[in-house]
This record gives sequence, C-alpha cells and structure tokens, in this order.
Amino acid sequence: MNELNKNDFVTIWLDGQMCGIPVLQVHDVLSTQVITKIPQSPDWVAGVLNLRGQIVTAIDLRKRLELGEREDDEDNMNVVVEYENEPYSLIIDKVGDVLSLSEEFFERNPVTLEACWQGISSGIFRLENDLLVILDIEKLLSFEESKIAA
Amino acid sequence: MDDLLSEFLTETFESIEVVDVELVELEKDPNNKSVLDNIFRLVHTIKGTCGFLGLPRLEAVAHSGENVLGKFRDGEMDVTPEAVTLILKALDRIKEILVGLEETQEEPQGDDSAIINDLNAMAEGKYTGQNEVEEPLAVVPEVEAPIEVTDERPTVPGEVTLDELEAAFLAAPGPEEEAVSETEVSQSENKLDNIGGAETIAVLSHLFHNRISSDLSLKNLLDNSDLRKSKKAVEEFFLSSLKQEQCDESIVEKSFSNFISNGITEEQIGKTAAQLSSVLEEMKISPLGAEFVVEIYRQSSVTMLGAVTKSLKPGNEVKKPEEAAKAGKAKETSIANQSIRVAVDVLDNLMNMVSELVLTRNQLMQISRRTGGDSEFSVPLQRLSQCTTELQEGVMKTRMQPIGNAWSKLPRIIRDLQLELGKKIELQMLGADTELDRQVLELIKDPLTHMIRNSADHGIETIEDRIAADKKETGTIRLNAFHEGGQIIIEISDDGAGLPVERLKAKALSNNLATAEEIDEMSDQQIQRFIFHAGFSTAQTVTSVSGRGVGMDVVRTNIEKIGGTIELKSTEGKGTTFSIKIPLTLAIVSALIVKSGDDRYAIPQISVLELVRASKESSHKIEYINSTPVLRLRDRLLPLLNLNKILGFEEEVDMEEKVDSEPSEIATSDDFIIITQVGDFTFGIVVDQVFDTEEIVVKPVAPILRDLSVFSGNTILGDGTVIMILDPNGIANEASEVMTDLADQRAEEEEDKTVSKTDDREAVLLFRAGGDTMRAVPLALVSRLEEIDVSKIEVSEGAKMVQYRGKLMPLVLINDQYDLKTEGRQSMLVFTDDDKAMGIIVDEITDIKEDHINVELNSKAIGQLGTAIIDDKATEVIDIAYYFEKTFNDWQLGGEHIPAETSSKRKSILLVDDSAFFLNLLKPLLTASGYKVTLATTASEALEMREQGLRFDLIVSDIDMPEMNGFEFAEEVRDVGPWQEIPMVALSANNSEARSKRGKEAGFDNYVEKLDRDTLIKAIEEQICEQETAA
Repeated sequence: MNELNKNDFVTIWLDGQMCGIPVLQVHDVLSTQVITKIPQSPDWVAGVLNLRGQIVTAIDLRKRLELGEREDDEDNMNVVVEYENEPYSLIIDKVGDVLSLSEEFFERNPVTLEACWQGISSGIFRLENDLLVILDIEKLLSFEESKIAA
Repeated sequence: MDDLLSEFLTETFESIEVVDVELVELEKDPNNKSVLDNIFRLVHTIKGTCGFLGLPRLEAVAHSGENVLGKFRDGEMDVTPEAVTLILKALDRIKEILVGLEETQEEPQGDDSAIINDLNAMAEGKYTGQNEVEEPLAVVPEVEAPIEVTDERPTVPGEVTLDELEAAFLAAPGPEEEAVSETEVSQSENKLDNIGGAETIAVLSHLFHNRISSDLSLKNLLDNSDLRKSKKAVEEFFLSSLKQEQCDESIVEKSFSNFISNGITEEQIGKTAAQLSSVLEEMKISPLGAEFVVEIYRQSSVTMLGAVTKSLKPGNEVKKPEEAAKAGKAKETSIANQSIRVAVDVLDNLMNMVSELVLTRNQLMQISRRTGGDSEFSVPLQRLSQCTTELQEGVMKTRMQPIGNAWSKLPRIIRDLQLELGKKIELQMLGADTELDRQVLELIKDPLTHMIRNSADHGIETIEDRIAADKKETGTIRLNAFHEGGQIIIEISDDGAGLPVERLKAKALSNNLATAEEIDEMSDQQIQRFIFHAGFSTAQTVTSVSGRGVGMDVVRTNIEKIGGTIELKSTEGKGTTFSIKIPLTLAIVSALIVKSGDDRYAIPQISVLELVRASKESSHKIEYINSTPVLRLRDRLLPLLNLNKILGFEEEVDMEEKVDSEPSEIATSDDFIIITQVGDFTFGIVVDQVFDTEEIVVKPVAPILRDLSVFSGNTILGDGTVIMILDPNGIANEASEVMTDLADQRAEEEEDKTVSKTDDREAVLLFRAGGDTMRAVPLALVSRLEEIDVSKIEVSEGAKMVQYRGKLMPLVLINDQYDLKTEGRQSMLVFTDDDKAMGIIVDEITDIKEDHINVELNSKAIGQLGTAIIDDKATEVIDIAYYFEKTFNDWQLGGEHIPAETSSKRKSILLVDDSAFFLNLLKPLLTASGYKVTLATTASEALEMREQGLRFDLIVSDIDMPEMNGFEFAEEVRDVGPWQEIPMVALSANNSEARSKRGKEAGFDNYVEKLDRDTLIKAIEEQICEQETAA
C-alpha cells in the first residue's frame, strides 16, 4: 500500500498546465474561500483564511510561478498543504483526479525548463496525453530561499 | 528522566536559589540565627538527597559546605565575606553539576578536590584564600562534623535514636572510603535529616499540638491528657518512623493514646493531617520530607482508628480498619491536591484550548446577536459565556507567578558586583509578590537582570565618587513592581550618577544617530532615550559586567516584543529610573476593530490612548502642514499617520483626489483617529471606521509574513473572518523611518504633488522681517524653518553665515530695516537648491496659508515680486531668486522686470521642469509678469495634459529631465496632436551652440539659458507676440 501511495498524486490545473501534488501531503481541498488580504506582503501571498478555526496562509500559485492572471478569479480552488507545521493553502485553477502512477513514467526535469519551474518541480510524469509536473511542496514553500533568488 | 531525579533537580535548583539569597542576607546580618538555620537545613537537605540518589560528587561538595555552615551555626566561626564567597563558590559548583545532571542524567566527571579542600580548611579555620592547604587528612573534619551535630542534640529526648545515629557515624569507615560510606550513612539518616533532624521533629510535635488545641473541632482530642507527655510521645513516633522510613506501627497506639482514648474520628484524622502538613509547610520543610511525614501519619491513622473502634465496639474489628484506610486514602488525595506540580506545557496547552474556547464563545455570541438574540439558545449561551470567562480567568491564574521569581537571582548578582566593582550597593525589592503571567515573566527575566547589572555598573558611582558628590556611601537600587490599570509596572531606580547628557550627545553624534542641529533641538529626555539605540554604551570602559554596547536596545526590543513599553527618567547626579509597563498576559487581549480600505484590522486596546472623531464641523479637525496631516488636541499638535497610506492602499486614490481637491479637503468625511503612544512618541492613526472592541487571541503570523513589522499577529473574529493585528510599535517605526531617513525624499515627493496640481492655489509662508509688513514666500520653496542660536552666527568677509549641517550657509537680511537679534534664538528660513543653501533671517514666522497668489501690484523694489492679497492683507511676495542671485555669484543678477503685455486675456504657459525648485522659482516670476502658469514635473505628465485636451499659449521646457528629455519631448509635441503649433521655449543650464542647434531641430522655437530670467521673459513675450501676429 505504502509503495503505491508514494506515486499517488492529486492533479491540479494552473494556467492550462497539469501539475501533481503527492496525495499524502494534501490535507484539504477547498472551493473558493473568503481571503483576508495582507497589505505589504509579497504579491504571491494572497492573504489568510480561516479553515475550521485555524489560520491558513494562502499562496497564489499563479503568481508564485509567474503565470498570467486568472481570468475568472471567482472560480478558484484551494489545496491545503503543510510545511514546517504551518498550514498553507495553494490557490489553483481547479483540481482534477487522483492519479496512481508507475515509477517507469517518471522523468527528471528537462534542463531547459524555466528556472522558476525548475526550482519547484521534483520531476515529470509522462501521461498518455499530458505531462504531469510534480510540485515539490518543500521547495515551493521554502520562502527564505526563494526570497534570495528573487 | 527518572521521576525521582527530575523531582530532585527541580527541588534542589529551587533550594539553591533560596540559599543564594539567604547567604547574601546572612553576610549582611551574621547574627541572624533563623537565616543561618534555614541555610543549614537547605544545604543539609541537598546533601541528604544526593546521598539517597547516589550522587557522590554533589554530596561531597554539599557536605563540605555544610561543615562550614555548621561552624557558623555553632558560633565557632564568624561569618566573613571570604567564607560566604567560598560557600557561594561551592553552590555554583553544585549548580554546575546539577546542570550536567539534568542534561545527561548522570553526574558529570570532574574534580572537586580543590573546593572541598578549601571548604574543609575553612571549617578548620586554616583557610588562607588559596588552594594551598593540602591536608593529607582533609576529610577529618567531615567525620567530626556529624558528631557535632549529634552533640547538638542533648535536649532531644529520643535517646535511642541518638545513640543509633551516633553508632552509625562511628561505624562509618575511614576517610578513604568516605564518599561511599557517606552515601550509606545519609541513606539511613536521610528521611530524618531531610526534614532537619530530631530538633525539627520536637518543634513539629510542639506546633502540631498547639494547632490541635487551638482548633475547636480537634480540641477534644487532647482532653484529659498531659500535653508535655503527649508531645514527647508523638515526637518519638515520628522519630522512630522516620528512622525506619516507614510507619512504626508498634508504637502508634502508645504515641497517640490521647487521640485514641478521646475517640478520634475519620474526619478528625483528615483535619489533623491537614494541620500537620500546614505546620510542615510553615517550618519550610522540603515538600519531599513533608509528604513523607504526612504519609507516616496517614498510615498510623489506620491503626488509630482501628484502636478507637476496638475500644468502642470490640468484635467488629475486621471491617472498620479497611474503611478507615479507604477514608484515609481519600482524604490523602484531597490534601495532596492542595498543591501540585504541573508541567508547564500542560498549562500552556490548557491556555491554548481556553483561548480557542473564548473564540468559539465569541463566535456563538455574535451569531446569537445577529439572529435576534431571543432564541432558546440565548440562556444556555449566556451561561456558557459566563463559564468560559471564569474558566479563562482560572486558567490564567494558574499561570500567574509572583514576579519575585524573576528576582531571586538579583541579590546574588548585586553582591558579586559589589565585590567586583568595589562599590557599596543596597538592593531593595518591593512588590515581589505581584503576579504576572509565566510567559511574560520568562521574557522579562533577562532584561531585568541586565538592567540591574547596568544600574550597578553604570548607575551607582564608586564609593569615592559618592562621597565626593556628598551622597551616602551605599548606593541604592530599587525594584518596585505593582499593578496599574491592567498592566504591571516595574520600576528600576538607582540613586547613582544619572545619564550623562553631554556624553550621550557626543556619542550620538559620533554614531551618526543625529546631526548636531537635531541634537540641539532635543530635550534631555530625548537624548537620554538614545541609550535604547543599538551599539550605545555610556560606560567609558568595557567591564566584564557591561559596557559592550549591546544591551538597552535588546532590553527595549524584548520588552516591546511582549507589548510593553519602557521609559526612563534621569537626572544627572541624582539617579535614573526606568519604568517598564507590561501587559498581564499575552494570550488573550482586548482589541479595537477598525477599518481601513476594504478590510478590518485589530489594534490592541492597551496601546490605544483615546479615540478622536474628526470632521470639518467638529472642534477637532485634521489640518495640514504642506500636506502632512496633524491634529490639534488639547493644546498639542499630534502628528497623524494615515493607516491607508501605511498599508499602501492610498497611493492611487490619494493621487486622484489630490488632483481635483485641496489636501485640506481630502478629509471631508468624518475621520476616526486613534491616539496611541509608543515610548514617548504620541501620534494618531487615521482610520476609515471604528467598530467595537473584541477579545481576541493573538496568533502568530506565518513565518513568511514575520518581517511585516506593522502586524503583530492575526486572529479570527467572532464572525469567522481572519483579521490582522496591527502593531503600533511597527507602525511608529515605519513612520519614523519615513519621517527621518526618508524625510527629504518624501518632502520632495510631496512638493511634486503640490506642484502638479492644475489648480493654482498655493501654500505660502507668511512672516515678518522688519516693520509690520507681512511678507510671503511660496511654502514649496522653503526647505526648512530653523531657529539658531545667535551666538553661532559668524561673520566672514563682511557676510554673516552659520555652520549648518557641516557646511557654511550664508545668512541674508531681506532689507536693512531690521537686524539680527542680539541674543537668544533667531528664526530663519532655509532655502536650498542642489548643494547651495541660504538662510533668510526673519523676525517672526506667522502662519502658513493657502491662497491664490495673485500678484496685483508689480513691485519695483528689489527682491520683491510684488504685492498680493493673502489672508485679506496686502502681503509682499518675496523673490527668492533675487536673494539667491545676490548671495551666489553664479546666479546672474537680474534687473527689473519688464511688465508683461497687458493683453486682454492672460496667456497660459506650461512649464515643464523636473526640478520642483525651479518650477516654484519661475512660477511666481511668470505670474508676476502676467501669465497663467501650469506646472508639470515630467515630460510625460505634460503629454498627459495634452491627452486631457488642455491648451496653452506657450510651452517652456527644461532639457535635462529623467525619462524623456526636452528634445524628445519637443519632437513628440511637434510630431502629432493638438500642441503641434504651440511655440516652445527650451530652458537649459548648459547653453552650448550644439545644444541650441539640437533644440531648434527638435522643434523648440527658442533656446534660453536657465538662469537668465530677463532673456527668458523676453523670449516668452517674443513667442507669444509672434503667435498673436500669426493668428
């Protein structure tokens, strides 16, 4: 079971690109939430939201990955993950299925991949019709480093 | 960790701290028997427990220390500072070992022979201060010491016990095996010694009987009995039981015969046990020992009750004792529960949960309020609310600790410092039982210690200095803690030298914290506050104690971190007082909910001094000094900060508003101003709206947001929304950064804003200089208003000047109708352009007004643009350019103006220049010449005006501008659009042939040197005439 779980991914969509987050790291999937904006914060911090009494910091993944603005901002979704005991909600376009993938379809990031994607992806799965970019939550949320890089 | 060991560690750490304090006490008052006894008992307990747990190193050190103390107690030796130092050293060693023990759960390796030898030598009276005394039989006194102890108990009756003890001591093997044997001995004597020996038991028994006879419900137990006999019997029982380390069943009936014969009941057993433990507590017996004594008594009660039953109802013996035992156990728990040790994280956890509960309660209350509040839930909800409040208070109480806990180390520190620094210092501690939250306590412990060190090191002078200053030899440091309005105030005052203002000034200068002028303007108190800056130490030499310049800033940061403030008052020569204000607790705070932009924010109630509602009609209204908002409040002028601006909402909105309205009109609607204070800095925060107050639980923000200094945390409101908690400290910092570091930049920005207004109202500064005539100068031109000491004005080559910001600044008089003041302070207006600065001496600065400057009478007088009606008075408008010219030779001297063509319609000119100074310089000049002037600070701004459909008769443009230079601008204008035909005049500081040609190519009709005002006016007129003729 454990072996299998390792290659289970929640698929999400960001600006037409399919990405995957390891299923064990996903705590919650939420529909559009009321978000309190935080003035003066980096622009990829969308704000904070109340998840059952817990304050969760919302990260706009589109901004984090330097993608274009979401056309219809009303219709986004949240995936809640945890990093260093702090909950973060990743704002994405929509959530797809959970896929169980075999190791044999896994590839490392192509060297030509843009730097900001290199930094957050742990690799790519070849699907039949699509490519699934695996997001590395650790890298995605280790802001200290990204700050230096930025 | 082993429970027993951790218990031991906690207890021993506590004891050692007490001994630390008591020893210092003893040194002051060597004849205080009770203090000495107390110390002796504590050290003894430590020794005893060590032996019990098998910790030979600790035990050996404690034992030697005890020997010396024993000599003190017996009066064989005087309490000398050397001896106390030595014992303190021994205690330090014990602490070291304990720390090692805590980490590894084993005694760390190490050699204590030196200190043991010293102690032993001291006990023998041979101590010389060095470790030279290498007695081969150094252990001898150790064997003697316990014998002394036994000798000391002639009055104690229990002969058997004494004999046995003595036997045990005598049986102790030779000195070589001392450590091992000592362990054994102390194991056997442990329980007894633990509580202080037979003497203590005698006292215990005595007090126990007194208590019983004074308690009405227990009094009957001692009816018909010989008190003295009874006391002795009870004493015997405890002695024997302690020795055996279990209840000596065999003598229970005999010892408590009185209790039994008077038919002691279960209830009475419970009560007597309670009395016993309170006696134990009173006698300051260690909890371990006390528990054991009570336990023994409990066990004996079973037999007692059994005996009672037997005597009353013989034949029913089997069942009753069991019940009695049960009862005994039940009671035991109830008494043991009177005080329990609870791990701190359990409490913290509890506190967290209560916080959550409070939040949920708030949420429920809000829902109930919204739905009308009359549902069937309202009553239980009310109850829930009440319970929650009480629970919250209760839990908070469990976390409360007397502040004295944070002070316990201080007497020792002061004592050591006295020796080290050669000063005499008395430490007074008042209000040590003031309670505050554990978390807060932990956080202020270090700052407090640091400040006490500071006071002792920097504050209190040396004995010689004190005598010279006609003060008592002994300096006093006073700690005072008390409650005031939901806060704890801690004052640390000393009667020392105070803060040397002059030295602080010099230091502030050399550290570039302020300029000499700024320092001149500061009050002593402001200067003294410099010590809270990083890297600031006034001690001239770095001592081991303090003076490294890290310190007060850390203290301040730490205190501010917990929402506290620190203030200081100091009089040179008299002393210094710091007062620290800290909140009682951190977890739940009451906060004011305000709105700014679209969101709500919380401001901790504690930092809100008052709320002011300002509107145009009310007595309070926001006024502006060059678009910096201020508020008049009870004869004070408060700086205001706009929350919208701080949070970065305002930018776009503000600009738009400013374009079509005056700054004073921005605040048309009502404004809410929250007056708050950070340190000595009182200011107002302007918010859009104020809601009610709410209890909030401060939650830390996510790590990525930690560096946002304006927020101290976030929280969830009753309605479930997350809101950010504002930190007034952070806001003030942010503001003061803007106010000081970026002052110039901001001033410029604001100048730009003022300038870019299409409306031609202008702020002018009104002043008098010679005579009663009002004079005015556009405020935007004035860089600063200064007051200087007349004595600082110097004369060089016939010109007056003053040293200003490290440079010489020429001073100018408007006319010769007045002169400098002869003494005191002289007001002046400072004008700057690039690196040139000039001061115009004035008699009095009267006001700042906003008005249309319409120069109605063109002046022939030199240095004046003309006369305008400002504030209903004829006012001379000063031509600053003239004075600049006069002062600096590179400004070409301008002659008289040629009055503008008095054509029926005033011609409009667009003036484009990136230098606000020039714009402001030229505007009055051109206005005075009869033109209507519109200003633009960049080429793109000018082009925007084109898009807006504005029309001008002439464009005057600078060449050297950022982004788009004058040439490009001209090309752009000429290329396409409605401005194609408008004549253009170029202005440039650099008037070369090539550039002039380039200008003509780009589309300028004329090219004029920037500083040549006459040529400019002529050129403008020429162009306008040409255009008119063309048209």
